[in-house]
Amino acid sequence: MTNPETALLSARGISKQFAGIEVLSDVDLDLMPGEIHALVGENGAGKSTFAKILAGVYRPTRGSLSLNDQHVDITSPIVAQKLGVTLIHQEPISFPDLSVAENLVLGRLNSAPLARIPWQKITRDAQALMALLGVSIDVTKPMRGLSIADQQMVEIARSLASNSRLIIMDEPTAPLTPKEVATLFVIARRLRDEGRTIIFISHRLEEVRALCDRVTVFRDGHKVATERTANLSDSDIIRLMIGRPLKEYMHKQGSIIGEVALKLTNLTLPGKFHDISLAVKKGEIVGLGGLVGAGRTDVAQAIFGIAPAASGAIEVNGKLVKINSPTDAIAHGLAFVPEDRAQSGIFRTLAVEQNITAAIAKRIAPAMFISRFLERRFAQDSVAKLRIRLASLRQPIGELSGGNQQKAILARWLLTDPSILILDEPTRGIDIGVKAEFYDMIGELAAGGRAILLISSELPELLALCDRVLVMSEGRLTADIPRREATQELIMQAAVPRSTHQGVAA
Amino acid sequence: MSNVENPALAPSREVAAPRPAWRIFLIRPETMTLALLILGVFAGSQLSEFFLDINYILKSFTLYAEFAIVALVLTMVIIAGEIDLSAASNMALSACVFAYAQQTGAPLPISIAIGLSAGLFMGLFNAFIIIGLKLPSIIVTIGTLTLYRGLAQIIAGDKSIRVPESFIGINNVFIGGIPAPVIIFIILSIVLGLVLGTTIFGRQIYLIGTNEVAARHAGVRSKSIKIILFATLGLTSAFAGLLTASRLGSVRYDLGLGGELQMVLMAMLGGTYIFGGRGTILGTFLAAWLLVIVTTGMIVANWLPAYQLCVLGVLLIISIIATNFIYSRTER
Ligand SMILES: Nc1ncnc2c1ncn2[C@@H]1O[C@H](COP(=O)(O)OP(=O)(O)OP(=O)(O)O)[C@@H](O)[C@H]1O
Ligand SMILES: [Mg+2]
Repeated sequence: MTNPETALLSARGISKQFAGIEVLSDVDLDLMPGEIHALVGENGAGKSTFAKILAGVYRPTRGSLSLNDQHVDITSPIVAQKLGVTLIHQEPISFPDLSVAENLVLGRLNSAPLARIPWQKITRDAQALMALLGVSIDVTKPMRGLSIADQQMVEIARSLASNSRLIIMDEPTAPLTPKEVATLFVIARRLRDEGRTIIFISHRLEEVRALCDRVTVFRDGHKVATERTANLSDSDIIRLMIGRPLKEYMHKQGSIIGEVALKLTNLTLPGKFHDISLAVKKGEIVGLGGLVGAGRTDVAQAIFGIAPAASGAIEVNGKLVKINSPTDAIAHGLAFVPEDRAQSGIFRTLAVEQNITAAIAKRIAPAMFISRFLERRFAQDSVAKLRIRLASLRQPIGELSGGNQQKAILARWLLTDPSILILDEPTRGIDIGVKAEFYDMIGELAAGGRAILLISSELPELLALCDRVLVMSEGRLTADIPRREATQELIMQAAVPRSTHQGVAA
Repeated sequence: MSNVENPALAPSREVAAPRPAWRIFLIRPETMTLALLILGVFAGSQLSEFFLDINYILKSFTLYAEFAIVALVLTMVIIAGEIDLSAASNMALSACVFAYAQQTGAPLPISIAIGLSAGLFMGLFNAFIIIGLKLPSIIVTIGTLTLYRGLAQIIAGDKSIRVPESFIGINNVFIGGIPAPVIIFIILSIVLGLVLGTTIFGRQIYLIGTNEVAARHAGVRSKSIKIILFATLGLTSAFAGLLTASRLGSVRYDLGLGGELQMVLMAMLGGTYIFGGRGTILGTFLAAWLLVIVTTGMIVANWLPAYQLCVLGVLLIISIIATNFIYSRTER
């Protein structure tokens, strides 16, 4: 391979401003061939922005890039692809209705506009790429039906198809199960051993430690360190990231567990989930674990009236209720933080303050007319409490970093002051500093007598927070484990599908 | 820890200064509309000194006030992510139903009520097909555009139906020197502007138009709100149809023919985003005046109707491009 002393890609003095606000300042970074390089930092530190500059999505305001010591101008994603740089976005953007094979060749078919498309060759090539990655995906199926993990594999395959030398993965592991993460790591290591360079962005330090050779820490748009991963301890990295030691989250045993707040009896939606019976008491945090696709989100959506169950009963505070729409659910004191932020959470083009106050119509408009004062005050309080990083409350929420958007959605539901709170993967993409604070808030909410149902694929999160962990597999409840008996092994055992002939749940 | 810099050197986390207010103001589409309006008045005054006469402009406006009134409600429908192209046909059918009713001997107030109910019913019918059957509003209302106009022709035939003397001449009623239809337009603009801009109902219209799935998750009753909007649009169209009947003194099936173009044009020129989620009543208000100035200017300059139509078409396209451009700039 190339001389290990020369960098594949060097960034010098990279700065980026949006509307006069500097979000990246004078970043110097050398990426070596054949390394996996981690970018870590708090939400809004500038990781995605830096990645997008390398991939030609944004032009830097100042600074220069060189590839193999040659100055390059990466003016567009197409130029980046020609130079061998591919970005796998934080929010995957593929064409859901096209087939996997079509997605793989997008933008690379440089034949005459009217030439016949060589479908057979495309399909064969796509199959070869999937085989190379060691994953079995039917390349003729549309993207829409694929699990998020498989969609990501397709994105990686796309970068291989264009023979990329630099592959940037922006929070690729956030939506994956531990097993899928392991597969991703195997592939990433193999790509590295072929001499490719990988940038790996993640909020999970254990992943950074397991996978990455070097790590670069961003803070407030500045690069504060680049080191070999082995030379830094976790607390070093955290201190560099947030500039203060992290307070350890401690589970408070103090909250008094009261009466049953939410009770499901034999809730069934054919094809999604069957005979779900569970109860969450006031003051209790109940975890709902399982693999992605086990039907946990479907149960939550049924409770909240988005896709009501076909049969079964829901009781709230001992009373039988009919919940046919989210409006009904909210009226009964429920709140639901959905997992799919882009689709069911944010109003991209609307101001942050409007996003935060979207579910508390009555409170910001006590007399039918919206009180700008109240609206701003609620939004401001939330921004301070969750430390949401933004330029202005009137900024469109789409301009916020991924983690900060997630915090704003959390804030929206915390403001409804629910008596029953359902959280679906609430900490996805949130940095560790805020995570601890968020856990504290959940603990406080429970101590205040609220019932909390927490869906999470992060086992440590379930173990740290929950009084009880329920596990779902293939649409059925398979375990109910009290806090003192809960272990990662027990949860995983219950999560793995029983019927082997059905393979791994997608 | 060789090249680890002192973390204390990194600047602390603080909220950066917001965008300067003048920039937020300048890149609003309504600002563009206002600028065009001023330009239009200026150009018109070069053409004829009539354009500096407020009474002349007000009089010209009465000819378009009916469409402008409907365009206000249409703006809200478009912001909610839907569209209704059947409003002008609704005007004609409601007016025909009204005229037919009073011709068969119904007292005037009853006839008016029947005409208005017909419009309300047409709005609800649109809503039923679009929301109940989950069909795209653009296709459905192209269908009802044709249907309502056809029904109007069945009722009225090719003749015009006279309306009673007492009903004629709303455009000649002046309040403080301003024709009544213009007064109605201004009052409705203020009311709807307040509803859209300051109430929860208005806010929820923006939420639905921006992301309907997320709006439903946030507890917004998106279906009910859309039904209310279509129904209001139907009722308002009928009202506008009656205003037209009063101005013309008689009703024909081709009343308000082609009016949907003017209505959509007013909303678009005012910066309403065709894909929903953005737009204001102020924008449509200004655009209505702009359109009147432009059209009157062309009439004064003696342009052939065919040319006038071309100009309106070009204006529509330019306004869509301009608003799209402005919105894409502010988003990314
Ligand atoms: N298009 C934009 N317009 C204005 N500001 C932006 C835009 N994109 C990003 N920003 C701002 O730049 C800063 C850095 O954002 P970036 O997305 O790079 O953060 P990040 O480190 O990837 O965070 P996260 O961990 O939450 O994904 C944020 O404060 C964000 O609000
Ligand atoms: Mg990011």
